[in-house]
Amino acid sequence: MDVHYLLQLVLNGLFVGAFYGLVALGYSMVYGIIKLLNFAHGDIYMLGAFAGYTMLTIGAGALGGGSIVALVVILVIAMVLTGTVGLVLERVAYRPLRSAPRLSVLITAVGASFALEYGVAVGYGPNPRVYPVGFGNGAVDIFGARLTYAQLFMMLVALGLMIGLDMFIRRTRSGRAMRAISQDPKACLLMGINVDNVISRTFFIGSALAGAAGVMAGAYYGKVDFLMGFIIGLKAFTAAVIGGIGNLRGAVLGAIVLGLLESFGTALLGSEWRDVFAFGFLILFLTVRPTGLLGERVTERV
Amino acid sequence: MTDKRLDSSTPDEPSGFVRALDERGDATVGTVGQGLAPATTRRANPVSRLIGHPAFGWIVIALAVALPFINSSAYAIRISTDALIFIMLAVGLNVVVGYCGLLDLGYAAFFAIGAYTSGVLSTTFGWPIVLTVPFVIVAAVIGGLIIGGPTLRLRSDYLAIVTLGFGEIIRITANNLDFTGGPNGVYGIPDFGDFGDYRADIATYWIVVVVVGLAVLASSRLGRGRLGRAWRFVREDEDAAEAMGIHTYKVKFAAYVTGAIFGGLGGVLFAVHQTAISPPSFNFLFSALILMAVVLGGMGSTPGVVVGAVIISLLPELLRGAENWRYLIFGILLIVVMIFRPQGIWPHRTDEKPARGGRRRSRTDATEVSQ
Amino acid sequence: MTSTAFSQSGTRAKAPVLLHVDGLTVAFGGVTAVNGLSFDVHEGEVISVIGPNGAGKTSAFNCITGFYKPTAGRILFDDVDITGKRPALIAARGVARTFQNLRLFGELSVLDNVRAGMHVRIRQNAFDAILHTPRYRRSEQEATDEANRWLDFVGSRGNRAAEVRNLPYGEQRRVEIARALAREPKMLLLDEPAAGLNHGEKAALLDLLRRISDLGTAVVLIEHDMGLVMDVSERIVVLNYGKEIADGTPEQIRSDPAVIEAYLGSDDAEAQQEAERVAHSSDTGGFHDLPTPEEER
Repeated sequence: MDVHYLLQLVLNGLFVGAFYGLVALGYSMVYGIIKLLNFAHGDIYMLGAFAGYTMLTIGAGALGGGSIVALVVILVIAMVLTGTVGLVLERVAYRPLRSAPRLSVLITAVGASFALEYGVAVGYGPNPRVYPVGFGNGAVDIFGARLTYAQLFMMLVALGLMIGLDMFIRRTRSGRAMRAISQDPKACLLMGINVDNVISRTFFIGSALAGAAGVMAGAYYGKVDFLMGFIIGLKAFTAAVIGGIGNLRGAVLGAIVLGLLESFGTALLGSEWRDVFAFGFLILFLTVRPTGLLGERVTERV
Repeated sequence: MTDKRLDSSTPDEPSGFVRALDERGDATVGTVGQGLAPATTRRANPVSRLIGHPAFGWIVIALAVALPFINSSAYAIRISTDALIFIMLAVGLNVVVGYCGLLDLGYAAFFAIGAYTSGVLSTTFGWPIVLTVPFVIVAAVIGGLIIGGPTLRLRSDYLAIVTLGFGEIIRITANNLDFTGGPNGVYGIPDFGDFGDYRADIATYWIVVVVVGLAVLASSRLGRGRLGRAWRFVREDEDAAEAMGIHTYKVKFAAYVTGAIFGGLGGVLFAVHQTAISPPSFNFLFSALILMAVVLGGMGSTPGVVVGAVIISLLPELLRGAENWRYLIFGILLIVVMIFRPQGIWPHRTDEKPARGGRRRSRTDATEVSQ
Repeated sequence: MTSTAFSQSGTRAKAPVLLHVDGLTVAFGGVTAVNGLSFDVHEGEVISVIGPNGAGKTSAFNCITGFYKPTAGRILFDDVDITGKRPALIAARGVARTFQNLRLFGELSVLDNVRAGMHVRIRQNAFDAILHTPRYRRSEQEATDEANRWLDFVGSRGNRAAEVRNLPYGEQRRVEIARALAREPKMLLLDEPAAGLNHGEKAALLDLLRRISDLGTAVVLIEHDMGLVMDVSERIVVLNYGKEIADGTPEQIRSDPAVIEAYLGSDDAEAQQEAERVAHSSDTGGFHDLPTPEEER
C-alpha cells in the first residue's frame, strides 16, 4: 500500500465523515436536550434530498441548472423546509409524550420514521429518482490523492455549518439555554426559560443540518430514494455514540472516526461489508466505552 | 402513647392506618383482611373481555385446526400458515417489548437466524428439520448474547438502535456469505417429514398450528409467573425493581433471550413453509411490522397481540397493491396509538385472580376499574 | 415523652451491630454530598437520620442501598462488605427501602407490587410457570396470601386488583411500605415516609412504625417531621453538609447546640422560635413540618 492510496483513504473517510457529522449533530442535539432517540432523523435527511430534487426539477431553467449558486440557494431553502418539518414533528408527535414512558416515545419515533418514508414513497413513488444536477469531474490533487471540487465544496459547506453551530451554541443566549436545558430541564423551567421554545429551536436546527446533508448527498450521488435515510440515520447514531452522545464536538469527532474506519474497513474487507463493519464497531464501542470518546461518565440518579 | 413494646398489635390486626382512614371518611370502599375484593361487577371493554375469555382461545384453536376441512385451497392454507407464524413472532416480541419494555427493532434478525440455521443444516447436510431445532435455539441464544450482553447494561434506548443495526448486520451477512447462498438464499428446504395421505402443505399447517398454539400458551403463562412479574417490574421502574432484590440485568437478559428463541423457532417454521428463503425477507420493514402488531394489539396482552398479528398479516391480502399507503397509515397509526391509547386496542388486564377458586369470574380490568 | 423512655434505658444499644457505615464519602463532580459519614445501626433499632435540606441524607441512603457508588468509605451489613455492590444483591441480603418520591410499579396491581418484595423468596422457575406445575400453583398461592397479609399489616384497604397508580397518595405510601416489608428485611430504610401525609395518616404511620419495629426489623428513617422523629426514634443521627454533627437520643439531640445551629443558624429571632418549636414537638399532635425539600438529587 503506498502513501497516496492511504491518503486517498483518509480523504474519502473525511468526506463521508462530514456527511455523517451533519446528521449526527442533529441526533446528538436532540438526544442531549430531551434524551430522545429521534429515529426519524435519518428520514429528515431524506426529505432534504427530496426537497432539493423537487426544487431542481421544477426550477431547473430558472436557476440555471446546477450552478454552485443555484445549489446554495436550494440548500438554504431545503434547510428551512426540513427544519420546519422537524419542528412540526416535535410538536405533533413528541411533545404530547414528553412525560410518557420512554418506550412510548421510541415507538412514536419509529412511527414518525415510517410515516415520513412511506409518505415520500406515496408522493414520489418507490423508485429512485435521478438528481438533475451533475458536477464536473474537476479535481484537486493533494499529494497524489484525488479530491473532486464537488467533494471539496461540500466539505467546506459542512465545516462552515459545524463552526456556525458551535458558535451559536457557545456564544448566543439561545445556545446557552440549550446547554442549560440539557443539564436540568426542570431548573430551566423554574428559571423562566421557555423550554418548549428551545426544544423547538433544537429540532429546527438539527433537522436543517440533516436537510443540508440530504441535498448535498443527492447532488453528489445523483440519486435519491425514500429509504436513503435509514442507513445514514444508523450511521449518524453510531457516530454520535462514538463521540459521546449529547456532546456536539464529540458527534463531529465520532463522525470523522467512523468515516475513516469505514474507509479503511472497506479497503480491507470489501464494500459489501462496510455497513456490517460500522455496526459491529458500534456494538464493540458500546461494550468497551459506552460513554464515547468525549462523553463523561454520568451517575444515574435515583 | 405508652411503651410501644407492650402496645403492639398483632400483625394481622388492622389498626392505625385504618382508624386514620375512618377519621378522614375515605371514599374508598374496600375490605381489610379479606384479600382481594372480587371484581365481578366491573365493566370491561367488551372486545377485551371477549378475546380475554379462556373459551375464546379454545374456539380459535379449534377453528385453526378445522380450517383445512372448511377451506383446503392452497391459498387459504398458505395465508393461514403465514398468519400463524406471524403470531408466533408477535408473541415472542411481546415478551421483549410488552412484558419487559425493551424496544427490539431488529427482531427479524432472530427470525433470520432460525430460518437460515435450519435451512442450511437441512439442505447442506440433509438433516431432518426436527434435528436442526436444538441448533436453532443455540444460535438464537448466541445472537441474543452478542447483542443483549453489552447493550442491556445501558439505557434502554441504546438497545433499540443496536438491535436495528443488528437486524441489518444479519441480513447483509446472509447476503454476502457463500454458505447462506448469497442474494439467492437457501432453497429446497424439506418438509417436516412424510405424512402419507395428507397434503404436504396441510400437514405443515397442522404442525404450525400446534407449535404456535403452544408458543402462545407458553408466552402467556410465562408472563404471569415469577419471571413474568419481574419483567413487568423492570418495565415499570428498574430502580424500584433493583431495590426489591431483582437483578434487572439478568431479568432483561432472560426476556431478550426468550424473545430470541421464539423468533428462531418462528424462523424454522417459516423456512419449512416457504421452502426457500432469501435475505430480503428479513429486512427492517418486517421487524417493524411485528412491532406494529404488538403495539396495536396491546403491549403485554397476549390475546391482543394475537389479534394484532392476525390483522397485520392478513391486511395485505385485503388491500393489495396499496403497500406504500398502508405503511404510511401504519406509521401514523403508531404515533396516534402511542399518544391516545398507549395500552393498545386490546389492553392487558392486570389479570388478578382471587387466591381461591376458579379464575374465570375474577379477572378484572384494572384500566376499567380506574376510570 | 413516654415513648422514648424505652430507648433511654439503653438496652437496645447492646444489640449486635447490623449496619456499619465507616467514613462514607460521595462526591458528584465538585460537590461532596456525603463527607466522611460514620454511624452504626443495631439490630431491631429505630433510628432517624435528620438534617437540613441537602445535608446528604438521601445520598447516604442511596449508597447504603447500592444506587450510588461511594467515592470512599466502607459499608458493612451483617458483617459483609456491601460497599458498591449492586442494589439487587444488597436487597437480597435483607435491606429494603422506600423512595422519597414514591416509586411504585404504577400500571401493576396493588398485589403485584407487594409480590415484588417477595420475588427473591418465591420458589418457582420459568418451566413451572409454563407447565403450571403444583409447585407453581403452590408458590403463587403463597405469594398472594402473603401479599394480602402485608397489605393488611400496613392497613391498606381498597381494591387490591386495581392499578396502584390510581390509589390515593396516602394509600400508595402504604403499599410502598408493604412492598418493602414483603422483602422481610433485617433493615428497612424509609425515605421521608410522612411527606405529604395528613394529620391522621401521620398518626397511623407512627403506629405502623412501632409495629414494624416489633417485627424485629431495624428501621432507619429520613424524616423532616420532627414530632414523628422525636416520638419514634431510639436514636437520631444529625447530618449537615454531608457530615455527622450529632448522634444521640432524642433528648440529647433536642438540646444539642450544634443541631439547633445547623437547623436554624444563629441570632435570628424567628429561628429561635423555630428552635423552640422543634424542641417542644414531642408528640404527633405538635409536629412541625420543616419545609419539604426539593428532591434531594
